Amino acid sequence: MRKSSLLVVSIAVTGALTLSACGSRGEKSGSENAGGGTKVVIGVDAPLTGKLSALGLGIKNSVDLAVQKANKEKTVPGVTFEVQGLDDQANPTSGQQNATKLVGDKTVLGVVGPLNSSVSLTMQKVFNDAKLAQVSPANTNPQLSLGPDWGTGKFARPYASYFRTATTDVVQGKFAAQYLYNDAKKTKVFVIDDKKTYGAGLANIFQEEFKKLGGTVVGADHINPDDKDFSAVATKVKASGADSVYYGGEYPEGGPLTDQIKKAGAQIPLFGGDGLYDDEFIKLSNNNSNGDLATSVGAPVEELDSAKAFIADYKAAGYKDPYAAYGGYSYDAAWSIIEAVKATVAANGGKVPDDARAKVIDALSKVSFDGVTGKVSFDQYGDTSNKQLTVYTVKDNKWVSVKSGTYTG
Amino acid sequence: MHELPQNLANGLMLGLMYGLIAVGYTMVYGIVQLINFAHGEIFMIGGFGALTAYLALPSGTSLWLALPVMLVGGVIASVLVATGAERFAYRPLRTAPRLAPLITAIGLSIALQQVVWAFYPGAKKARTFPQFHGNPIDLGAFQLQRNDIFLLIAAPLCMLILASFVRLTRTGRAMQATAQDPDTAKLMGINTDRIIVVAFALGAAFAAVAAVAHGLRYGQVDFMMGFIAGLKAFTAAVLGGIGNIYGAMLGGLVLGIAESLATAYIQNVPGMHQLGGAGWANVWAFVLLIVVLLVRPQGLLGERVADRA
Repeated sequence: MRKSSLLVVSIAVTGALTLSACGSRGEKSGSENAGGGTKVVIGVDAPLTGKLSALGLGIKNSVDLAVQKANKEKTVPGVTFEVQGLDDQANPTSGQQNATKLVGDKTVLGVVGPLNSSVSLTMQKVFNDAKLAQVSPANTNPQLSLGPDWGTGKFARPYASYFRTATTDVVQGKFAAQYLYNDAKKTKVFVIDDKKTYGAGLANIFQEEFKKLGGTVVGADHINPDDKDFSAVATKVKASGADSVYYGGEYPEGGPLTDQIKKAGAQIPLFGGDGLYDDEFIKLSNNNSNGDLATSVGAPVEELDSAKAFIADYKAAGYKDPYAAYGGYSYDAAWSIIEAVKATVAANGGKVPDDARAKVIDALSKVSFDGVTGKVSFDQYGDTSNKQLTVYTVKDNKWVSVKSGTYTG
Repeated sequence: MHELPQNLANGLMLGLMYGLIAVGYTMVYGIVQLINFAHGEIFMIGGFGALTAYLALPSGTSLWLALPVMLVGGVIASVLVATGAERFAYRPLRTAPRLAPLITAIGLSIALQQVVWAFYPGAKKARTFPQFHGNPIDLGAFQLQRNDIFLLIAAPLCMLILASFVRLTRTGRAMQATAQDPDTAKLMGINTDRIIVVAFALGAAFAAVAAVAHGLRYGQVDFMMGFIAGLKAFTAAVLGGIGNIYGAMLGGLVLGIAESLATAYIQNVPGMHQLGGAGWANVWAFVLLIVVLLVRPQGLLGERVADRA
């Protein structure tokens, strides 16, 4: 009996280990630009460690860059901005703890982040209760701004404090389906998702639109995030006779997945959303991802005239990590908060008002400026009014853009 | 059903890997009744050891030539860490209540993960592991991945070596004796401390072989890879009967094949569509574990022994 009770204890403890392994680590603040005037902190919440840290560090560095610029150019007279970067490890629980922490600091007037839609779901209410503006550069799940019933066409903005510079999956999934059916001429798709808020949502929207266009979904499966072995799924894909795979998820699983599908003998492209659009995807697929596709929000940052200065500044600032997929959106998100603070301060005679947080939210909904990724402004749901998307493909182990377009419906 | 052989092959590969790791859990448990939760991290360190050995070789070295060096590098790294852990973390707690070494093992597991995360260059993200390139080998009914050939040869070979080691050598027999009754074994002149070190080292060497196989199969190693793999291997060890080395391998195979078949076929069972697929594979694997433990609480090959704690 002792033995079996020991096992129970061990299993319980292992469970606890899973949770503790996801605890928070480190609070590194980015900018050390101490100057005169009132201190205003822009919080950043993103996965700064772990598998998605390539994207998270890009977000934090880009916000840092915006803040440095605002301080140097004295965009808001009398106000010095600071960045406080918190690590959520792509974990909703850590995200909520970080949100609570940011809310508690009265100098925080806006937050950029998080990366993951699932993390955002736990943070929104905390921010809304404290009337603290949140601008996500990367959340694409529609529910965050359109409410839980968006699928039925009933849009209701759940939280007035939530804004995003990223386009939603409604737009992204439909755009992907249209590209795959009309441009790539694929008719039989196998749909896989990772059961997360982002992945499952995106896969569903894609699937509906693909069927509506006349395509067939020949099979579907869900994988576990953290898994490495997808050989059984790959065998299924091959047996289904699909001519393409759509994967709703992110690159840590997407890379090995496409590798294993191709090794199983199905030489068909894997298509996904912005969660795949990172160089890590190609690396993790062991350079076995040529021909794979991904949609990403906005036009390629490298090709935008408005982004040239951003890219040059980013290089000059000497960050260790690349700006990654969301760098431009993070910069614009941070800048929208800076603009909102500027408007708030200007309306209050050059001083930060006492109820600055609520006023920043009001100002954010009216913000309009030319950012890195184009015109930045928010619609009545807090979504970006910029609905531009691009399809990228892997060619010779590099992402190249194949089609850019504005989604019209 | 024509993809059944392929699904069995997929499960077999997964199972061989679980089995190799499970041997480490089961041997240590058989001798000191400690569930070494840091074993998953020993496995991970074996992977990084092998990667380090590969990177130390001049670039362009053929992987066939590099593979033995990588194995040696992986085995050295994991054996060093495992015996170090035994000497400095577990041995001082040999007479402590059982929960103390268990908690130590969990602490060690987190510490090892974080050490690799913080100090191994580029380990904050997954690092690519060298792989053999080329098309899979078509065996008619199913395809065999080139990178899996290593595992297919190494795992049975390792088991064969271990079995003959335990049966035929003096040290192996001393291990059996220590497992049966450490106090009497000591009275018979067996240096039980040494035997325990040997058990840890053997388990670690097996884990390193599994880590090389894991790296070849998935083309990457990362600091978190030991967690899920370790948990599955521990499950395999319990399934097969913890303390029995053949049970560990059998448990691994059963678990691997169960996962693979659950992914492939549960979806097709009428009314079970929602409960099938890869997302539910782990659930079915644990359902299997529960069913086996209900029928045979000692595991598939475990013996019902009086607890002597």
